[in-house]
Amino acid sequence: MISMTNVYKSYENGTKAIRGINMHIDDGEFAFLVGPSGSGKSTILKLITGEIFSTEGTVIINGFDMNKIKPSDLPKLRRTLGVIFQDFRLIEKKNVYENVAFAMRVVGATNKEIRKRVSYVLELVGLDTKTRRKPHELSGGEQQRVAIARALVNNPRCIIADEPTGNIDPARSLEIMTLLEKINELGTTVLVVTHEKELVNQFSKRVIAIKGGRLISDGTGGYYDYD
Amino acid sequence: MTEQAGITIMIRSRLGYFFKEGMASIFSHGFMSFASIIIIMSCLIIMGSFSLLALNMHHIIRTLEKQNQIAVFIDDELSLEEAKALESKVRSTANVANVYFISRDEAMDSFLKQYDDNKLFKDLTSDVFRHRYLVSLEEIELMEQTRDSLIDIEGVAKVRVHLEISRGFVALRNVVSAVSAVLVILLFVVSVFIMSNTIKLTTFHRREEIAIMRMVGATSSFIRWPFVFEGVIMGLMGALLAFLGQWLLYYLASIRMDASTTLSFITLIESGKIVIPMLASFLSVGLLVGVGGSVFAIKNYLKL
Repeated sequence: MISMTNVYKSYENGTKAIRGINMHIDDGEFAFLVGPSGSGKSTILKLITGEIFSTEGTVIINGFDMNKIKPSDLPKLRRTLGVIFQDFRLIEKKNVYENVAFAMRVVGATNKEIRKRVSYVLELVGLDTKTRRKPHELSGGEQQRVAIARALVNNPRCIIADEPTGNIDPARSLEIMTLLEKINELGTTVLVVTHEKELVNQFSKRVIAIKGGRLISDGTGGYYDYD
Repeated sequence: MTEQAGITIMIRSRLGYFFKEGMASIFSHGFMSFASIIIIMSCLIIMGSFSLLALNMHHIIRTLEKQNQIAVFIDDELSLEEAKALESKVRSTANVANVYFISRDEAMDSFLKQYDDNKLFKDLTSDVFRHRYLVSLEEIELMEQTRDSLIDIEGVAKVRVHLEISRGFVALRNVVSAVSAVLVILLFVVSVFIMSNTIKLTTFHRREEIAIMRMVGATSSFIRWPFVFEGVIMGLMGALLAFLGQWLLYYLASIRMDASTTLSFITLIESGKIVIPMLASFLSVGLLVGVGGSVFAIKNYLKL
């Protein structure tokens, strides 16, 4: 569950990135967060992942009150989140299997648990036949699937996707979005940050639009008119 | 499987992972790692050489303390019995470790033995010699004060000491100790700095990986450990090489000293006696350099 109540964020240089955002995403929901460049989307993502903290207001992520969270609890929060980036952020020297297994290893999973779970998620994203390939041997869409598998492998409560289709062609973009929809149907909350109008309009999902650090609309359907 | 067994497997698996990652990182920056190991080795050899020099100076001074005796000559007018009676006073003087009485007859015999075939001394009588005590000291630094105390004893005519030698050695030892201490501290800091820079290079190359680790919920300690292992492995490798080099140098120096006739009064500490402490010291410093360097290097990557 992601809950933001009257949230403000100002940076040290005086930039007011977020101005009074109220947003609530329940467990199991699928939502798009849309807005032009500089609207505050990245700031919202950083507030969710605990990279930065709000100047005012309340941010609660999967039960963690971000105003009161201790630094030692940040890893616990992040284990409830799976983050997907536009540039995939895969480790080039590791193959597909190792990239996904790595996310489990760093949270202390045993080899037996890793083998079982990694095989499952790679099958889920359709990469079970390419486990030994290195990232540079895969297409953009496939690399993003690896990133999705890595985000999913620790069974997070919520997937946060930051422009997940920004580096791939439209056909593969639709596949990725369909995959995220399938993951959502399995019970995981999904929040997709994007500015791809056509893609958003192909899904009848909740769309939260922000502009200039303010929430300008929040509704369900192919709704996309922040311009 | 019991909970305990599960934890043991997890710890083993993690240690294996940290070690593997540490080794992989060393080999992926082979030249830098090699250079760091060589620099750490060199710093340790210099630190070790000065420490050994200071240690041997202490040893030499201790040996001199045992060998460098004060001769306490007794007044001519005192009889053998009266001279012997002074022993308790001499022995109870501060800083006196051992006392050995030599009568004037024994002194003459000893003198004549040096000139066995010299007819010049055939009419020599023991009257020209004094009864005397040979006194060895607890601490050579206090030789002057001890001489002053001994000369104050009633019945003591003269005290013969070699103050210049003792002063020279004490001054040399102090200089060597001070220079060694400064160099050891300085080179330790240099070693930590070099180690830190090497690992900073590794962390820079792996910053994406570190960011991913943080993002998927790795704790700071989990992120830190592979780098600490890398530092420790390099530190210990440098220490082992330095130990072997230092050992060889010391061995060669000992042989030279033993063979030298001009430096025969200098006896170095037997190499066998210092091998274990030397190895332990080198490994400890290598370990500290490794841990210190890696902790400094990774610090900035662990914020949030």
